[in-house]
Amino acid sequence: MRVALLVTCLVDLFRPTVGFAAVKLLQEAGCSVDVPRHQTCCGQPAYNSGDRADAKAIALQVFDAFAGYDHVVAPSGSCAGMLRVHYPELFADDPKNLPVAQELAGRSWELVSFLVDVCGMRAVAAQWHRRITYHDACSGLRELGVKLQPRRLLASVAGVGIEELPGAEVCCGFGGTFCIKYPEISDKMVTDKAADIAATGADAVLAGDLGCLLNMAGKLYRQGRQIEARHVAEVLAGMTDEVPPIGAPR
Amino acid sequence: MLATSRNFEAAAQAGLANDNLQRALGLARTGFPLRRRLAVERLPEFEELRESGRSIKDHTLQHLDFYLELYESQVVASGGRVHWADTSAEACAAVLQICRSAGAKTVTKGKSMVAEEVGLNDFLEANGITPVETDLGEYIIQLRHEPPSHIIAPAIHLVKEQVADTFRSEHRSLDPDRLLVEPRQMCDEARAVLRPRFLAADVGITGANFLIAETGSSIIVTNEGNGDLTQTLPRIHIVMTSIEKLVPTFEDAATLLRLLARSATGQEFSSYTTISTGPRRAGDLDGPEQYHVVLLDNGRSAMLGTEFQDMLRCIRCSACINHCPVYAAIGGHAYGWVYPGPMGAVLTPSLIGIHQSGHLPNASTFCGRCESVCPVQIPLPKMMRHWREREYAMKLNPPIYRTGLSAWAWVARRPALYHALAEIASRALGWAGRGRGRFRALPTAAGWTRVRDMPAPEGRSFHSLWARRQKNRAAM
Repeated sequence: MRVALLVTCLVDLFRPTVGFAAVKLLQEAGCSVDVPRHQTCCGQPAYNSGDRADAKAIALQVFDAFAGYDHVVAPSGSCAGMLRVHYPELFADDPKNLPVAQELAGRSWELVSFLVDVCGMRAVAAQWHRRITYHDACSGLRELGVKLQPRRLLASVAGVGIEELPGAEVCCGFGGTFCIKYPEISDKMVTDKAADIAATGADAVLAGDLGCLLNMAGKLYRQGRQIEARHVAEVLAGMTDEVPPIGAPR
Repeated sequence: MLATSRNFEAAAQAGLANDNLQRALGLARTGFPLRRRLAVERLPEFEELRESGRSIKDHTLQHLDFYLELYESQVVASGGRVHWADTSAEACAAVLQICRSAGAKTVTKGKSMVAEEVGLNDFLEANGITPVETDLGEYIIQLRHEPPSHIIAPAIHLVKEQVADTFRSEHRSLDPDRLLVEPRQMCDEARAVLRPRFLAADVGITGANFLIAETGSSIIVTNEGNGDLTQTLPRIHIVMTSIEKLVPTFEDAATLLRLLARSATGQEFSSYTTISTGPRRAGDLDGPEQYHVVLLDNGRSAMLGTEFQDMLRCIRCSACINHCPVYAAIGGHAYGWVYPGPMGAVLTPSLIGIHQSGHLPNASTFCGRCESVCPVQIPLPKMMRHWREREYAMKLNPPIYRTGLSAWAWVARRPALYHALAEIASRALGWAGRGRGRFRALPTAAGWTRVRDMPAPEGRSFHSLWARRQKNRAAM
């Protein structure tokens, strides 16, 4: 299978290791992986700000960059949801581009659900000795049905014990530009989330979306809590030694 | 009701700083979702019911003109009257005219959000008629001169100690040393105070959860039974409601009732489900002499045929509100009008205009929990986004936000430039944050770092590292 990686703008800027972890996992699953150079962002900031024209222009660029691959995979439920769910809505009134959007939507995936549901991956070779808890990022959970897949693969990581997070399906307060536009409300939401995470007694919190992880890690640090935050792909790919936890000193 | 939605940010901050509100919301935050989930798990066909609920409402909205006319003819046939009200002012005037023609001095009211929407209580008081709220929550906030903060639990923003204080200061004829600690004691006290009011009222005003076209009936559900006393004891019953409450048949209402209480409180059915069809007939043991329906439009029919039509499916269960993390953080008063939470964020701009309420559809993370629990599958985040689109097209966003967004989008459409800038930003921030691994303050992201640290980037962008790796591979 020829798979194109949608790196996502946050992984590109903040945490390239997540991108390399995704490549490694996809290759382990038997895929040949390309990273189209012509990609930037999925356009979600424009789309969710009501700027349809810019969102469409960026989406058309994504159509070009990812044409011809069997699948498009992103280490983010939010960006994958943009391709899979929102591009067809964005072009609903555009008969010329709607079929292209629908065709792309049908072969676009969030990384971990792609590994499990499409590639049939059931276990990984990694090990990591931590008690972890898992936050279900909203778009992956509710737009794409990502829930059991990461837990299934994490259960195969040697040394990992999973403590379920109460309210794992409740938003952490990131919400893209929301956390900047309404910082006080966002703060309350991530404060509640941090308290829930701490109450599990876990050493580490994992999730499949870097935006949520930056938010949760930033709050946990501000509160002085010693809880690691990492993207699930880093753990599944066995790359935790290559990079410190999100926000930790190098 | 006067809208204060423009003050959303300040009101939200006041809510966050209000300890009593935060205590009250802390209980609701997990309680409502848990009860709904258990109720849904007990009913395997719940998802199919949601499909049915949606299609019943869609069908009704597609033929709303037909069903409204059928409904009116059936109300008239059963001896009642329909008063069409385009605006809040017309609705208030219709109620006043009915009260005056009957020489009414006091009216009792069951809970009606439409009555809140049109500001009926203030209007009646200004015209010499005393309205008495009989729903416990509504009664409490009437005593406190506050608007409701939730559509089914109007006093949810209060803790019981505040209710006790309110009762002590308002029920002055009662023993000041009486015990008011348990909710039961307060409930009993309200019941005792309200009982003579029920008996004395000339007019009873209720809302309606559903209107049934085939019979001209109205249905209300309550858990306190106050609606029944409100509508059967006085001489005149006024149903204060709005056009989208209509369904074609009893069967349809029964389907929606199966969804309503489960979605709202996690009950299989509300304690009281009361159906009214016209006034007392010859031989009836009780019931009002007159039955009036004041049917409000107030901007709803203008939503038909627009991207906001689906919002008219709403059955006011409050599941979206109960599952909204933003509502749980700030409470209902911050939204500044009658309808809070996700349903309010779509409905409020539709009814009072986006100029008045621009914050509401923006103050959402689009987490989608509201849509996932909506019993009639209203795509609430999608419609909030549609409001943002209208706002953007009307250039109502702050100029700095629009400029920033345009600049970012311009760069995002130029991959080579984008990659170069991402590499520079990644290196610069990575270098600046290399010691600590995060920033406690970043001038360019003050909204972020005021409340949490900003993790530093690793120091190189993925695309630059990937390009180098590909080059090295090619050289090998």
